[in-house]
Amino acid sequence: MATTVTMPKMGFDMVEGKLLRWLKKVGEPVKAGEPLAEIETEKVNIEFEAPASGVLKAVLIEEGTTVPVGTPIAIIAAPDEPVEAPAAAPAVREGPPLPTPAPGAPPPPAPAPAPVGAPTPPPGGRVKASPLARRLAREAGIDLREIPGTGPGGRVVKRDVDRYLQARAPAAAPPPPPAAAPIPTPAPAPVPTPAPTAVPVSPLRQAIARRMTVSKQTAPHFYVTVEVDMDEAMAWRARINEALGERGKVTVNDMVVKAAALALREFPALRSSYQEGGIVRHEAIHIGIAVALEEGLITVVLRDADRKPLAQIARESKELVERARSGKVRPEDIEGSVFTVSNLGMFDVEHFIAIINPPEAAIMAVGSVREVPVVKNGQLAIGQRMKVTVSADHRVTDGAEVARFLQAFRRYLENPLLLLVE
Amino acid sequence: MSGRGKGNAAKAAAPAAALDVATKLSFYRQMVLIRRFEELSRIAYQQGKIAGFLHLYIGEEAVAVGAIAALRPEDHLITHYRDHGHAIARGLDPRVLMAELYGKVTGCSRGRGGSMHFASREHNFWGGHAIVGGHLPMAVGLGFAARYLGEPRVVMAIFGDAATDIGEFYEALNMAALWKTPVVFLCENNLYGMGVAIEKASAVTEVYKKACMANIPAERIDGMDVLAVYEAATRAVEWARAGNGPYFLEALCYRFQGHSVADPELYRTKEEVEQWKQRDPIQRFRRHLIEVEGIPEARLDAIHEEVEREMEEVMRFAEESPDPPLEELYDFIYANPVGDWRGDERFLRLWDQSSGS
Amino acid sequence: MPVMTIREAIRQALREEMQRDRRVFIMGEDVGAYGGTYAVTRGLYEEFGEERVRDTPIAESAIVGVALGAALGGLRPVAEIMTINFILLALDQIVNHAAKMSYMFGGQFKVPLVIRVPAGWGQLAATHSQTFEVYFAYVPGLKVVYPGTPYDAKGMLKAALRDEDPVIYIEHTALYPVRGEVPDGDYVVPIGKSEIKRVGRDCTIVTYGRMLQASLQAAEQLAREGIEVEVVDLRTLRPLDMEPVYESVAKTHRALVVTEEWRSFGVGAEVAARIQEHAFDELDAPVMRLGSREVPLPYNKHHERAVLPWPEDVVKAVKLLLR
Repeated sequence: MATTVTMPKMGFDMVEGKLLRWLKKVGEPVKAGEPLAEIETEKVNIEFEAPASGVLKAVLIEEGTTVPVGTPIAIIAAPDEPVEAPAAAPAVREGPPLPTPAPGAPPPPAPAPAPVGAPTPPPGGRVKASPLARRLAREAGIDLREIPGTGPGGRVVKRDVDRYLQARAPAAAPPPPPAAAPIPTPAPAPVPTPAPTAVPVSPLRQAIARRMTVSKQTAPHFYVTVEVDMDEAMAWRARINEALGERGKVTVNDMVVKAAALALREFPALRSSYQEGGIVRHEAIHIGIAVALEEGLITVVLRDADRKPLAQIARESKELVERARSGKVRPEDIEGSVFTVSNLGMFDVEHFIAIINPPEAAIMAVGSVREVPVVKNGQLAIGQRMKVTVSADHRVTDGAEVARFLQAFRRYLENPLLLLVE
Repeated sequence: MSGRGKGNAAKAAAPAAALDVATKLSFYRQMVLIRRFEELSRIAYQQGKIAGFLHLYIGEEAVAVGAIAALRPEDHLITHYRDHGHAIARGLDPRVLMAELYGKVTGCSRGRGGSMHFASREHNFWGGHAIVGGHLPMAVGLGFAARYLGEPRVVMAIFGDAATDIGEFYEALNMAALWKTPVVFLCENNLYGMGVAIEKASAVTEVYKKACMANIPAERIDGMDVLAVYEAATRAVEWARAGNGPYFLEALCYRFQGHSVADPELYRTKEEVEQWKQRDPIQRFRRHLIEVEGIPEARLDAIHEEVEREMEEVMRFAEESPDPPLEELYDFIYANPVGDWRGDERFLRLWDQSSGS
Repeated sequence: MPVMTIREAIRQALREEMQRDRRVFIMGEDVGAYGGTYAVTRGLYEEFGEERVRDTPIAESAIVGVALGAALGGLRPVAEIMTINFILLALDQIVNHAAKMSYMFGGQFKVPLVIRVPAGWGQLAATHSQTFEVYFAYVPGLKVVYPGTPYDAKGMLKAALRDEDPVIYIEHTALYPVRGEVPDGDYVVPIGKSEIKRVGRDCTIVTYGRMLQASLQAAEQLAREGIEVEVVDLRTLRPLDMEPVYESVAKTHRALVVTEEWRSFGVGAEVAARIQEHAFDELDAPVMRLGSREVPLPYNKHHERAVLPWPEDVVKAVKLLLR
């Protein structure tokens, strides 16, 4: 029986994909689970596995074509089964993909000269906005529904309109007024300077740009920093790695991930997502680990990090990072994190502040472990310290809660025995 | 009928005997005018030309005419809401009074007051007040101002028997006596406070006795006898003008009509009313003029006719006068309007400039 | 410029006006021999004598009514009602008579009457601790003023004494010791004009009386946190001068109305309603009102404190408004 293979949805917000390379030729036998094609999404290139066994009877789109998710791209059937090619694929869409899976918002109305009433209510009710915000939006010709609100109860207030206007592509600057005719003076010969060049933006970069902008615009970020005493953790890490020997190496980040996961058990708010109408709490503690690639940053997901022993975390995160770096990431590798850890320790960064990965509630930015002078029992000594900054969504949590989470996190790292037993 | 309160040292020679015929005839004319004014306004009220409350003075004419005749033009007069008779006796033009009843701009209060708020600055007539007893402290203040400024004025404050049961009555009398103000308190005791007989409202029914609370000399007089009223009022006014402080008069009288035109008079018997009508002050004074002064009846009848003609003119004036224009709605709220004195000026502008379509 | 308390400023205004105009006299309970319940009239009895500083019996209705009659008769009385709690006994004279003598009689009569009345509290319990300015602000024909600084206290009392209409002049007992600059000699602060007492940009506070001082204190604390509030002092409650308020809200986009009244149904409610009506498109948040809790004032110190609004409450209200 023939199987029509369609462009797969490989991310919750994936709308279309580009067929980079067919990995099988028409007529070749295919086994279910074997890589069939390489597909480029916004974030990563993914090897797409065949959903059925048989023979690749037809390939419906050419390499390099972008089609919406769900579009038929190939047919697999039994060797002797007759097959007709289905209708041609729908027109190819050029341009950047839409950011949200919801039907696109209507184009903003042109500023109306006639008396304007309140904007038509979106499905599900009217937009809550202050009179001032309404007026400013109306004057700027923006649909209030497009503006995320940060006032009480999600009300759209002036600062939201201001932010929205700033984030939009700035209008072309008006041409400068014609200058008065200058008194002619002999001008010196100009020194030629190179003109600025346009750099093509990769889909990943575009995706990062869009997601990070939305994150900053909608989630009211606040930040809490702590300094962790890593003396014990480094000592324990040395002993663990010596004991593990060939079987693996536990990194500082692995310990950070485990500590964060354990602390998250006690702080459900930090493993929640703010959504329209409420807050959703996630019970499974999947930790995202930020991985730097050449063209940008992706987050790989270590699932159930609180339940896995340190050695397993070390192994899995190593594999995930390798897959990410080689472009062989699977959908479940990059989906489902509820909290992200971003570590720039390898660059000798003292501390930094990260942007929350929507729809998560928080992200932890980890600096390097440094030797610093410390006071111990009234004496100057050398200690190992690591600065950690959590950026959190103020719609979901507040400073005191994050501070307490960090206290719990520190307790695990500063008493590493707990990482081994919990 | 008359009684003496404690401390009544003001019994000088009765001036009534010194009244000349012309003055007496003017008393008579005034009483007839008041009577006809009230009767005609009653008809106008029943025709819907006068609205609100209408408290008629019919039967009590002797009190207004006799007492107010004792005042000089510079003296102050202040009274309660049954004020038509007082206004006429004080000399206000009946035409502007009827116009006020009709709510016209030509009324003495420019149509703003109605029946209970007749007044005239020119006549030192400070109203016409609708709150029972509310004008009494004002009377004391007017008297105090006259004393303070060294003006030889007297204040006559007229009120009903029911007003003597309210707190302000005592407060006013007390301060009048304390500050030795030249106020003649004249109580028109017509035996009823609206529908409540005085026995049911006052523990003390001889009203003049209440003045002893403030140590004010007081007496009771026959309010149906214009000459008796005049005589007592003159003495009281001279007492006060001489700087002796306040004086209190209780004039026993009776209103032949109900409390107001709307009153069905369920609280008193027709027999009682008829009995009092036998003592109609106009009839009584007419008899005095004929029998004692020897005035021919025809002369008195001529006065009635003259009053009829005057009243025709009064009614016509009221009918033909215009209403106050709406543009004047906010006039007189303040003598010194400042800022947004009309209220929310922005709203008013918006409202007045919109057609509402 | 001389510095003096509000109490002294009021006394100075009375003295200067009594010297200037023979028709001005004072009457009330204990204004003379006692020196004034709150010592406002202290010394005036000795200076002007008992004819012009007159002690009255305890008879509020007569105090106002007699003063009203005196005003009609050509004098310029200052009637003092000992506290605003007792003014209820004189409401008929104020509302039905003083406020209406001009209007009811077609403009024939003028009422140049000033009623001075203190308001305040201090573990005095329910019937001695109320605030009723709204009862008078409600009535056409009255003018109602409530100064919050020594400068305004003196200038507005002079203005009231020269006005041809009845003026209710309210003094807050907690403000009597507040010091401020007061020019020597004659000057008048016009009735019917609000004033910006502090310039700001983040929030507009509309207030008067004791809460003016409380708001200014709150403003300093907020400034230390980088929040600059603009404070508009109404000074006159009837007629209200709202134009400076609308201008302020057009700048700050947030309005907080602060009074000492029971929060519901007061002057604050009227001010808030007008801001909503006429500064609607400038509002980035609903207009907020801060007042007293709706409890008759208790004797216990902590309970009393908990009912009334304080600078820290103004600070909290501003922060709520800025969310």
